[in-house]
Amino acid sequence: MRLPRAARVLRAALLFSAAALAPAAAFAWPEWMRLPEQASTYAPEIDNMFHLIMWITGVIFVIVELLLVFFLWKYRHREGRVATYTHGNNRLEVIWTIVPALICVMLALLSRRIWEQIKEKMPHDAVEVHVTGEQFAWNFRYPGPDGKFDTADDILTLNQLHFPVGKPVIVTLTSKDVIHSFFLPEFRVKQDAVPGMHTRIWFQGNKVGSWEIACAELCGLGHFRMKGFVTVDTPADYEKWLADQAAQQAAEQPKAAEAQPAAPAAPAAAPGTEKEKGGSS
Amino acid sequence: MSTVAVPREAPHQPGVHAAPTSFIRKYVFSLDHKVIGKQYLFYALFMLVIGGLLATLVRYQLAWPGRPLPFMGKIAPDGMPGGVMLPEYYNSLFTMHATIMIFFAIMPILIGAFGNFVVPIQIGARDMAFPKLNMMSFWVAVPAAVVIIWSFFVTGGAAAGGWTSYAPLSAIQPRGQTLWLISLLILGLSSLLTAVNFLTTIINMRAPGMSFFRLPLTTWALFITALLLLLALPVLSAALIMLLFDRTLGTTFFLPAGLIVSGQPWTNAGGGQVLLWQHLFWFFGHPEVYIMILPAMGITSEILPVFARKPIFGYRAMAYSMCGIAGLGFIVWGHHMFQSGMNPILGTTFMISTMVIAVPSAIKTFNWLGTLWGGDIHFTTPMLNALTFVAMFVIGGLSGVFMASTPVDIFIHDTYFIVGHIHYVLFGGSLFGAFAGLYFWYPKMFGRLMNERWGKIHWFLTFVTFNLVFFPMHFLGMRGMPRRIYDYTQYKHLHGLQGMNQMMTISLFVLGASQLILVLNFFLSMRRGAVAGPNPWHANTLEWQTASPPPHENFTGRIPTVYRGPYEYSVPGHGADFLPQNEPGGPVPARAHA
Repeated sequence: MRLPRAARVLRAALLFSAAALAPAAAFAWPEWMRLPEQASTYAPEIDNMFHLIMWITGVIFVIVELLLVFFLWKYRHREGRVATYTHGNNRLEVIWTIVPALICVMLALLSRRIWEQIKEKMPHDAVEVHVTGEQFAWNFRYPGPDGKFDTADDILTLNQLHFPVGKPVIVTLTSKDVIHSFFLPEFRVKQDAVPGMHTRIWFQGNKVGSWEIACAELCGLGHFRMKGFVTVDTPADYEKWLADQAAQQAAEQPKAAEAQPAAPAAPAAAPGTEKEKGGSS
Repeated sequence: MSTVAVPREAPHQPGVHAAPTSFIRKYVFSLDHKVIGKQYLFYALFMLVIGGLLATLVRYQLAWPGRPLPFMGKIAPDGMPGGVMLPEYYNSLFTMHATIMIFFAIMPILIGAFGNFVVPIQIGARDMAFPKLNMMSFWVAVPAAVVIIWSFFVTGGAAAGGWTSYAPLSAIQPRGQTLWLISLLILGLSSLLTAVNFLTTIINMRAPGMSFFRLPLTTWALFITALLLLLALPVLSAALIMLLFDRTLGTTFFLPAGLIVSGQPWTNAGGGQVLLWQHLFWFFGHPEVYIMILPAMGITSEILPVFARKPIFGYRAMAYSMCGIAGLGFIVWGHHMFQSGMNPILGTTFMISTMVIAVPSAIKTFNWLGTLWGGDIHFTTPMLNALTFVAMFVIGGLSGVFMASTPVDIFIHDTYFIVGHIHYVLFGGSLFGAFAGLYFWYPKMFGRLMNERWGKIHWFLTFVTFNLVFFPMHFLGMRGMPRRIYDYTQYKHLHGLQGMNQMMTISLFVLGASQLILVLNFFLSMRRGAVAGPNPWHANTLEWQTASPPPHENFTGRIPTVYRGPYEYSVPGHGADFLPQNEPGGPVPARAHA
């Protein structure tokens, strides 16, 4: 019943390698490992970086695991085998210190260029939107016809973000209560909305369509359903949407003014936003 | 050069105490580091079971969102009325799963159990430097566990703000969060006492001839770990106290002006800084990651030479890389905050330091491979688990490069990619390291060997199902599935992920059931296992040069004198393929490299 020792060791090594490489085989399935659709101008750059790292780490992974399995097989115990007596090799130590260091520094420098462009530089001539997170909704504020925020003609929407295609958007994020995170997977956009802070980010839609906004930072029991909708319009559709929103708001304003004369800008469509006026800091 | 014995006078042995005779002093309030180590072992294994059960519930919800589990309706009627999980209960479950696994399972098993049991014997001491402090460390950790479990039963349930407990959410949570803070404060005290004890013991109580560069790498790892604990934990404790004050005394360390919660202005708010919590938490939290992985690295470095019958490759590189990890570990915390609103220029700084900290881990991996090269490899259960540590740590280390890159992190931050990464490090790494240590030192602890065949079956099932549960998490993250999410089927872009989630959950059930093999093997081997004898693995370090289990004060007669490093295996010209550290004479190697 018992196999010879070498065969048992070989079997263990093969099982080990098969199991170790099973996850790697998953790289052959393209469907689940594809990143989502690219809906912003910088999504391809982020994805390229992701894939570059995947290739580099993937090659290292395969080499290291194959070496491991090869050594386990080649140097398995057999009758009369004597291990090599060595305490190491300084030249090898230097090589395997410097090579990973160079790879890592190179990746850092490449990443730095993309990061700077995405997070450090703000575009000019952009559509501006103020976003305020709250448990468990996204409030959007557009400056309205006068082009200024926090005036009576501001356009407010709840969970509906629209912007025109081909034009940068600058979003200023804050939160009323706890930290939320503004996550647009298809745009490769994620930025925390932090109470007491106003964080500016930008992105630019590269195609017309509609997607969803997720909250990516745990914000309480309704975190999972803090979902918004993002629509990228043609410029004409965007202007029409803005005008519709303004008209709708104007129609509701007299009613709101009757009910709450102290807060004439309060829109019925966005309950809870009126107190936020002027920012929270 | 360091192979020349440097005799020192017998070190000061303040830890020595008379052998206890009563049951209470022998097994309950024991001063003996070996008993305390075993106490920590049982404590950690018990909490590991609880943490694992919580994870099973989390994964059940992810596989079948909203499907009732009738028996849970009886156990937790508030959280799962009629067996249907509520979102807030789900949040509690993953919060408590992480908290219990990190603070109450992984840390106690690696540091409390193996550290306590192994370090004093490995360095040739009769006990820890401060046995009473050691006893106190354990008995302070017990109420911490009681408080954290009790928090499930208070109004509003256990803490539900994530194990990171980001303010201000953690400031406005129900009462369970206060108990979470109190529990971790108590446990922090326990860990701090342990750290002081380890450092004092390792610095002052080494046997004659046991220089720092003759220390076994497990002891080296625990030395660095203790240093990290000592420097990082007070910062966590300070943050916990500040948050506790924000919750109970009306301070506003983390609460900025103008907070409006559920339409009402929050009463004590103003002047606080939300990101301050994250800076303090991660200043502790990143060293904490290394606190949990370094001891497992040490155990692996200990076991590989024993079963490859070969000296560790690059002993000094192994020790220096741990020092490098310890130093760099304190300047990388900002990589948890790339998308937090922290200045993006600072993000670049933290990206560079984070990329650099990958290097010492790479050095260690290559040295493990170097140790196997040319060896005479025996596939025992401890060895299989230690090899799995190496194979899985590679995955956890490499996936870390993705999130170190700031632009890539924009997309994968707070997704399941991160969850996959952390589990490859903490389960694939730390826990397989702990399994390796358990199989390796079990004969020393209990005098009998665990069953090899069942040990291998346990290893095989754990290894395969572990990968089936956790590798797909990277794919979920790549599809944009956020972590900590009660029902991902709400989102259009996450449709189609349920099948994969179900496969992962079913694998987890098998993974969990496989652990019963370990439990049975553990308890049955205490009586039925083969008698181990002092040195069943033919190992060199001092713990194997005394009886199994070691007698009171560890060594009968004089403390051993150490003549050489810990990994002199297959020395040419020596009859046996091992040469214990305390064996006088023996061939002197012409020159030790590295």
